[in-house]
Amino acid sequence: MAVKEKTAVNAENIQAINTVTFKQKMLQYKNHPSSLVLLILVILCAVITVGALLFLIAYILVQGIPNLTPELFSLEYNSENASLMPALLNTVLITAISLVIAVPLGIFAAIYLVEYAKRGNKLVSMVRMTAETLSGIPSIVYGLFGMLFFVTTLGWGNSLIAGSCTLAIMILPLIMRTTEEALNTVPDSFREGSFGLGAGKLRTVFRVILPTAVPGILSGVILAIGRIVGESAALIYTAGTIAQYPKDIFSSTRTLSVHMYLCTNEGLHTSQAYGTAVVLLVLVVIINALSSFAAKKLTKKMG
Amino acid sequence: MRKYKEKIMQVVFLCAALVSIAAVLLICLFLFVNGIPAMAKIGVFDFLLGTKWAPNNEPASYGIWPMILGSIYITVGAVVLGVPIGIMTAICLSRFCPRRLYKIIKPAIDLLAGIPSVVYGFFGMVVLVPFIRNTFGGSGYGILTASVLLAIMILPTIVSVSESAINAVSDSYYEGALALGSTKERSVFRTVVPAAKSGILAGVVLGIGRAIGETMAVILVAGNSTVIPNSILSGVRTLTTNIVLEMGYATDLHREALIATGVVLFVLILIINLLFAVIKNKGAKS
Repeated sequence: MAVKEKTAVNAENIQAINTVTFKQKMLQYKNHPSSLVLLILVILCAVITVGALLFLIAYILVQGIPNLTPELFSLEYNSENASLMPALLNTVLITAISLVIAVPLGIFAAIYLVEYAKRGNKLVSMVRMTAETLSGIPSIVYGLFGMLFFVTTLGWGNSLIAGSCTLAIMILPLIMRTTEEALNTVPDSFREGSFGLGAGKLRTVFRVILPTAVPGILSGVILAIGRIVGESAALIYTAGTIAQYPKDIFSSTRTLSVHMYLCTNEGLHTSQAYGTAVVLLVLVVIINALSSFAAKKLTKKMG
Repeated sequence: MRKYKEKIMQVVFLCAALVSIAAVLLICLFLFVNGIPAMAKIGVFDFLLGTKWAPNNEPASYGIWPMILGSIYITVGAVVLGVPIGIMTAICLSRFCPRRLYKIIKPAIDLLAGIPSVVYGFFGMVVLVPFIRNTFGGSGYGILTASVLLAIMILPTIVSVSESAINAVSDSYYEGALALGSTKERSVFRTVVPAAKSGILAGVVLGIGRAIGETMAVILVAGNSTVIPNSILSGVRTLTTNIVLEMGYATDLHREALIATGVVLFVLILIINLLFAVIKNKGAKS
């Protein structure tokens, strides 16, 4: 049987003499029904995946938007309104503090791995291995560790700073990896050019390499923000659950996700949980869009 | 002066790189130091294989076997449901999806990975639980519900890892199969997918890790009873949820037993990570 198929070779450049018409394709499927079954299965699975996402988002939005009442956004929290405003502020604070700790560490570590360490260095492979281990540890284990180390041993109590430090460790591998990838995409000619002009290593790193890699790093940082915003298991026993504005970095606070968990779990504030879900979802969508925008910018720049 | 600055910054960079090693060591240290004594006090076998978790009884019993089983059941369920769909979706994205559609589906799958687990759990509670209750009976809170929910949650992990594995397969495999006269589907499933096997497997292992470690979504839909489940509809408690549920009021040995639960979970995850690394290295070599 003479089968003609479109090959995967850059088909646009070649005048297509081997395109398959719909009729030919159907004939092929008639001879190979199992192929047709596979095709249908593949498409079905993709539809299920996307369908699950769309259904989830649509459901939360449709059920949740009517629950976005003004009381939910009232400035003071009480058990009556279960306002999310303190939680929203705390989320912003925890995100900011975690980033302040983790971003410089992550970027510096990546700089060391990419720019300074010699190839085949034992230390490098160890750092990579531990970073990979860190990124696989479930958030509840981070929560336990944070509770044992920051809350109890260092005596910080359930506090903003304990939660932030826990999350900083959690997002560190993510920032390290994305920064590493971004640094690796910077062409060597940039480095050589800079050295050729007489700049030192440090100057080259900060003036030439980092600025070029910024979009990639940014996309990693934004992803990390997404993880922080969505985190709850690591925070319940480190940052605590008190729904008030923090007085200082040692006050116990709850973030949006924890707020939502508590609203859901107590069973008294389901409508507030719906509202919070909408806010969380919108935040996550914005964060994801920003991150992919930044990543796209990097690839465009590198052309 | 400049020399000093260079040197100092190099040390700073090195220290930053060492932080992740320090973090892993600290986590191991604190978990083991706080968890192992409790395990010894209860007795390792009584702790791991004991079937009764009743910290408030006199005398209290701390057996986490039901939780270990619960974690395994839920994870297996999630893998059975999620892995085939995930791999098929990855194949679709990599080989069947038109370019224009890909630009919509890919961000959608990234978004699926970004949705907070509480939102998943809430969704499971208000949608899946009633659905399972009405379709299969029972309370709706149980292994099946948790598995379905986790299957959705591990999809993005499996899809993205498998997709990049499939994309990495040299096109000549596919073209050769086509040239030999097989259909597109046959070429993909018989040549491309087997060649990407280890990458796909790595994705599955990563998904398993995520499923075992998931806490907040499971807590809201799994029922959380501490008995050994006898059907896929019965309520179940996992290692992760055990910690969150009781840590708030636990004291003394109870608290230490919960930390020991965390140790068991941590060791499980370490084993899975190791497996992942081994598979990945094997794939990189071949």
